[in-house]
Amino acid sequence: MSTVPALEIDDVSRIHGRGDAAVHALRGLSLRVAPGELVAVMGPSGSGKSTLLNLAGGLDQATAGRVRVQGEELGSLKQAALAQLRRRKVGYVFQDFNLIPSLTAEENVALPLELDAIRTRRAAAMARSVLDEVGLSGLYDRFPDDLSGGQQQRVAIARAVVGERCLILADEPTGALDSETGEQVLALLRARCDAGVAALLVTHEARYAGWADRVVFLRDGTVIDETAPLSADSLLAGT
Amino acid sequence: MHTQYMSIRYGLLALLERQPMHGYQLRAEFEATTGSAWPLNVGQVYTTLARLERDGLVDPQGSDDDDRVRYAITESGSAELARWFALPVTAANRPRNELAIKLALAVTVPGVDVREVVQRQRSATVSDLQNLTRLKRDSDGDLSWSLVLESMRFQAEAEVRWLDHCETALAREARRTASSPVKTAAEADNSRVAKGAS
Ligand SMILES: Nc1ncnc2c1ncn2[C@@H]1O[C@H](COP(=O)(O)OP(=O)(O)OP(=O)(O)O)[C@@H](O)[C@H]1O
Ligand SMILES: [Mg+2]
Repeated sequence: MSTVPALEIDDVSRIHGRGDAAVHALRGLSLRVAPGELVAVMGPSGSGKSTLLNLAGGLDQATAGRVRVQGEELGSLKQAALAQLRRRKVGYVFQDFNLIPSLTAEENVALPLELDAIRTRRAAAMARSVLDEVGLSGLYDRFPDDLSGGQQQRVAIARAVVGERCLILADEPTGALDSETGEQVLALLRARCDAGVAALLVTHEARYAGWADRVVFLRDGTVIDETAPLSADSLLAGT
Repeated sequence: MHTQYMSIRYGLLALLERQPMHGYQLRAEFEATTGSAWPLNVGQVYTTLARLERDGLVDPQGSDDDDRVRYAITESGSAELARWFALPVTAANRPRNELAIKLALAVTVPGVDVREVVQRQRSATVSDLQNLTRLKRDSDGDLSWSLVLESMRFQAEAEVRWLDHCETALAREARRTASSPVKTAAEADNSRVAKGAS
């Protein structure tokens, strides 16, 4: 496993607007996520969680500071290179799934590969194999509207991990799901991380944050606290 | 009666309902069933057995080759156990909620940064949740243990939600007191009384 962090956020600030209307969404925030690590981000509404994820995935640009994905500094990349890195290395999962309604499950998952010039037949095979992994074998040809919320989110996760993605960014991926289905989604993310992928998960629910290796707490655009996992023994001794 | 004693008492009765056992066996079975979430020492087991015998709920049945006394549940023991299963656990016989008491006091003691108290607790409880989730992932197939773990996960989750609620309430209170003159707890109390009387 590579020792380069999958994600490195270094003293990053993001200010929206200017003058009196300026909003400091992030203030000098630093965070690292290692390959194989699942890091959860919690914090009150408006604390900067989504802004952090957007910066990590190159969907938004920092006002100050550096963001590196697998060692590559996003700010120094030309448009085309940035777009390629976003396609190849980063997978996104959102609360509302964001699947393309006119494409089947398999086509949705294969899309990022085809955009990356992988041949259709090979892309389809790769898509099917990831769909199998997330427990959707047999539903390759279903359209999003004919899938349950939990199934759609699995397709979205399959799309986020297909290919050689090293970083998954998930913003409230369980927000629209019941808790049992939410747990399945977390189990899936956890399995991908155990296989070496890094993930940053934004969640409001402690139950889901419990799946993470580390939980960071944001307030007013900075990290104010972080969990230090205990051993199982010390936990049970306290009950 | 103390809650922990209650659950050991009924725990032992429940195990004896399966078959007669001696103290060491009871201890091992209790821990196996609850996944060692509540470790027992042999002393606790024998004290509890002595009380159960005094109350006529178990009967000693002579000793085995190693001179260990086996206990069997009596008819009134079985009835007592059935009654326990039939009754819901109520707030009155749960232990006091130390955390709620701590925060209720924290907001009245000058100089305590309540927001920090809340955050430290949130961090600790989420940490517990991480460990519980890890144990849960390793608990495949053991139903009793996984139910105990889920109970702890739900409790921890509820605690974090309540902490979120406390934080919101604190922020609202801070905005309110910032826009109106500061009141002491006693004054606030008086105005409540006055409102109630009018
Ligand atoms: N495009 C924008 N223009 C102006 N302000 C913005 C913009 N995007 C975000 N903000 C502000 O930045 C702050 C952080 O927003 P962000 O969406 O990151 O919060 P969040 O932690 O994800 O909240 P939530 O839990 O509600 O999703 C907020 O005050 C928000 O209003
Ligand atoms: Mg958000």
